[in-house]
Amino acid sequence: MPTTAPAFSDATASDSALRRFLFGLPGVDAVGLEARAASLGTRSIKTTAKAYAIDLAISMIDLTTLEGADTPGKVRALAAKAVHPDPTDRTTPRTAAVCVYPDMVATATAALAGSGVKVASVATAFPAGRAALDVKLADVRDAVAAGADEIDMVIDRGAFLSGRFMKVYEEILAVKAECGTARLKVIFETGELATYDNIRRASWLGMLAGADFIKTSTGKVATNATPANTLLMLEAVRDFRAQTGVQIGVKPAGGIRTTKDAVKFLVLVNETAGEDWLDNHWFRFGASSLLNDLLMQRQKLSTGRYSGPDYVTVD
Amino acid sequence: MSEQNRLGVFKTYKLYVGGKFPRSESGRVYEVTDSKGAWLANVPQSSRKDARDAVVAARKAFGGWSGATAYNRGQVLYRVAEMLEGRKEQFAREVAASEGLSKSKAAAVVDAAIDRWVWYAGWTDKIGQISGGANPVAGPFFNLSTPEPTGVVAVLAPQKSSLLGLVSVIAPVIATGNTAVVIASADAPLPALSLGEVLATSDVPGGVVNILSGATAELAAPLAAHQDVNAIDLTGAGAELAKELEIAAADNLKRVLRPLPAEADGPDPSTDWLAAPGTHRLTAFLETKTVWHPTGALGASGSSY
Repeated sequence: MPTTAPAFSDATASDSALRRFLFGLPGVDAVGLEARAASLGTRSIKTTAKAYAIDLAISMIDLTTLEGADTPGKVRALAAKAVHPDPTDRTTPRTAAVCVYPDMVATATAALAGSGVKVASVATAFPAGRAALDVKLADVRDAVAAGADEIDMVIDRGAFLSGRFMKVYEEILAVKAECGTARLKVIFETGELATYDNIRRASWLGMLAGADFIKTSTGKVATNATPANTLLMLEAVRDFRAQTGVQIGVKPAGGIRTTKDAVKFLVLVNETAGEDWLDNHWFRFGASSLLNDLLMQRQKLSTGRYSGPDYVTVD
Repeated sequence: MSEQNRLGVFKTYKLYVGGKFPRSESGRVYEVTDSKGAWLANVPQSSRKDARDAVVAARKAFGGWSGATAYNRGQVLYRVAEMLEGRKEQFAREVAASEGLSKSKAAAVVDAAIDRWVWYAGWTDKIGQISGGANPVAGPFFNLSTPEPTGVVAVLAPQKSSLLGLVSVIAPVIATGNTAVVIASADAPLPALSLGEVLATSDVPGGVVNILSGATAELAAPLAAHQDVNAIDLTGAGAELAKELEIAAADNLKRVLRPLPAEADGPDPSTDWLAAPGTHRLTAFLETKTVWHPTGALGASGSSY
């Protein structure tokens, strides 16, 4: 089990030390952050750069279905799409992973065996996270035992917002211990954290607790991934690596539906964290409808004519 | 303050896409002049990306519009005529300037355009009866054909008749439940862009009609090749352009309505639009769905149906 990086071992020594550390983080300049995110969103990415960005974005997608109505058939169909996003063009890259609820992990694992596409599972009483720790850990164990390569956990926002940071920290540690070799993505649900300062604190808290990825949101609330909150988290992983040498991934999720949006996020990654993060080991998109838009744009680039929703699958 | 001292208030003409009035994504504009070459206005010069956005808007609107009852569509189209009636003078002014007509002739053209809307509004719940119906078949089946809208239709509006011609190509497309992406006359787009304002204040849902101004060939090429456009009306294309577009349109089997033949030989094409329109523009963008319903053995009940 990876322990807290030595540089920050003092910070997690006690509840008050952790609080002191998190409140000692510099405040976020909200206006500056949003202006920077907006200005990076105006970059014009065309022709070969666009083709590269589209393929990279496809390879970074965690193709997600998290509905009460999910069936094994739907999960298998999604798995098939992850392996061959565009059956008419086999040069299309595969997506990074398929993201499902724990009870669908076995179905997804069987459908993706040998394809190289990973299986991610949400766990810990997703999306609310309102369950006892034992229940959350059982949820994680279940998903890992069924073959999940990655676990997407939600933090206890109630504890975080009421200032019980050590509880959040220990919960992440406990979940990480259950993950074994599976990579852990920690979801902050930024839309519920209310301030940018809180998002910065949550990012550091997650990284200190051993998250392999920090993730914006569940996709189940009104405000999901935005360029600004993703930029803030990218700054956090950049600073964390600079101080500890440990690289951590970032996953914006929810609300990213168009190629244009996805490319804006890639620009943010390149300009903030740097090229090292331009890889699906370190950056992911949690999305479902985004893939179809990327495929339509890809078809446009290869044929020269605009494609339409009749030429991609209906999920 | 006397009228002479008043500063002119110039209108910013904008596109009409998805129920909104955007400028061109490209930021370009071009000058529109009257028939004598005097400046009238700057209008957006749309790019292929505006055309793409318009198709997305039209596709989004298609479900609701094609699913509305024919009766409801008729009411909505009649409402458009009501709104036009209230803005007659503005349209008469724009038509007179664009087409070089006298005041009274322009007013007559606007009247005809309003009447055209009313005429097509009446057809919405009748076209099904003349282009569909029960078919006599040699078997124990009840066989029923019913026309259905094709989908998103790209419309190249006539180049000369800037309002009456425009109305005569848009109204039949949407009366039957299609949604339209319209390329206005390149030299006389003002009545078309103002028609967008009328549509926005009628009960026509956003995206059912999308109006673009700009170079016809530049906008028509991507629309003709677009895989999510189901039909194209080539009325506003010259013979050579129409041929090219028809070839591009064949790729996803679009329905194509060819332009009127050899304009040069006939009467002034702007007057052609005054003639009774007939129903061919209504049926051009319909598809026939036929249902076979078993009725049991022939003759057992003493009837073939």
